[in-house]
Amino acid sequence: MTQYLSVEFIAMLTGFLLMVIGVWGIISQKNLLKIVIGFSLFDTGLNIVIVSLSYVKNSTAPILDKAVEVSDAASKIADPVPQALVLTSIVIGLGVTALMLAYVMRMFREKKSLEINSYNELKW
Amino acid sequence: MSIILAIFLGLVILILAFAAIYHKNIKVAIIASGAVGLFASVLYLLLAAPDVALTEASIGSGLSTIIFFYVLNKIRQSND
Amino acid sequence: MIKKGILLLLLAGFVVVISNLIINFSGSSELNPLARYYAENGPTEVGAANLVTAVVVTYRGFDTLGEVTILFIAAAIVGFFLKILNSNNNRTSSLRKPSEILETASTLLVPTIFMLGTYIFINGHLTPGGGFQGGAVIATGVMMIILARPTSEFNHKLLSILEAISGIGFVLMGVLGLILASGFLNNAFLPLGKLGNILSAGAIPIIYVFIGIKVGSELTSILNSLKENQNEV
Repeated sequence: MTQYLSVEFIAMLTGFLLMVIGVWGIISQKNLLKIVIGFSLFDTGLNIVIVSLSYVKNSTAPILDKAVEVSDAASKIADPVPQALVLTSIVIGLGVTALMLAYVMRMFREKKSLEINSYNELKW
Repeated sequence: MSIILAIFLGLVILILAFAAIYHKNIKVAIIASGAVGLFASVLYLLLAAPDVALTEASIGSGLSTIIFFYVLNKIRQSND
Repeated sequence: MIKKGILLLLLAGFVVVISNLIINFSGSSELNPLARYYAENGPTEVGAANLVTAVVVTYRGFDTLGEVTILFIAAAIVGFFLKILNSNNNRTSSLRKPSEILETASTLLVPTIFMLGTYIFINGHLTPGGGFQGGAVIATGVMMIILARPTSEFNHKLLSILEAISGIGFVLMGVLGLILASGFLNNAFLPLGKLGNILSAGAIPIIYVFIGIKVGSELTSILNSLKENQNEV
């Protein structure tokens, strides 16, 4: 029970629920802009989950200075690898969001509508 | 102490995410999704990741909100 | 109604797939071997005080190269999608004039924002931050110029030249590492210096300056292509 009352578990739960909300937004909303917002929420949630996995109990940031000496760095810092990957992921997330929004603008110009139901060329 | 702060941040993030999905006014929804990024960056700081927090605050909540508003403005302009 | 049920079923499937991670969670109390290697050998091999920078620029340098490429492709496609419609360019001046406060404040704030962005990427190997954050901060400053002077034109030539030079410089630094040191993007061909000084960590500050300029110009070109689309309807 005690492992459930820690910062990393609460952060992971938050990220998980944020992912669920994002997926729900993607599959249930009809407005194209709301769907893009759902994608960006999913992105944020996934990043929070990955960073919470990198946290080691009672650790500090992986920066070596007066607070963390080089000799005892390995016992004091959090895992730097997932943090570096999330850094990459956030920047790519912005690129993907900009791409989706440009596509939304383009679609809007064709039909003058933001409803997903009016784009039924690929309906199955 | 940090656990209480983390619980508070988690609740705020989830409420804002619901607002971003369900609010009728699209402007409020975009602001809410930007605020999710802002509170998530504080959560990253609690998880000992200041690099990620800086990235999320400047890119996730700053620039992406601006791009959303650009597109919204463009769509409103060509509507009337 | 039945559609809603199917959607809920989909969502429940998604929850079941991931819930395993949540239920069996027990926090880690020590680093895994890879991170331990980076923590113990990073300061002597790379010489950067910020270990995240060491991982981003040298140990996982290929990831960063790929990321910059993806961002470039995204910017190019955004420009392509929005430019193709601009063939009949009749610019209407229906834009609302910016307020006096914004115009005056931007002249004061924009140089400060640029300086902050430059500080962030030059100090990337010592403090939190780096090329991506600094580039994003600089793009925010450009955004402010665009808001304050909506009629001004952007110099596309300058943007593309900056982006090309910084991209070539980034790859060149990697190749120099391959020739003079042990591998692609190895930073040790310049003296590593003393841990914690501004002139330390070999080539990392130079590489981060290139990444910062490249990310800044790419994000600026995304904003710029969205803005030019704004002016004519």
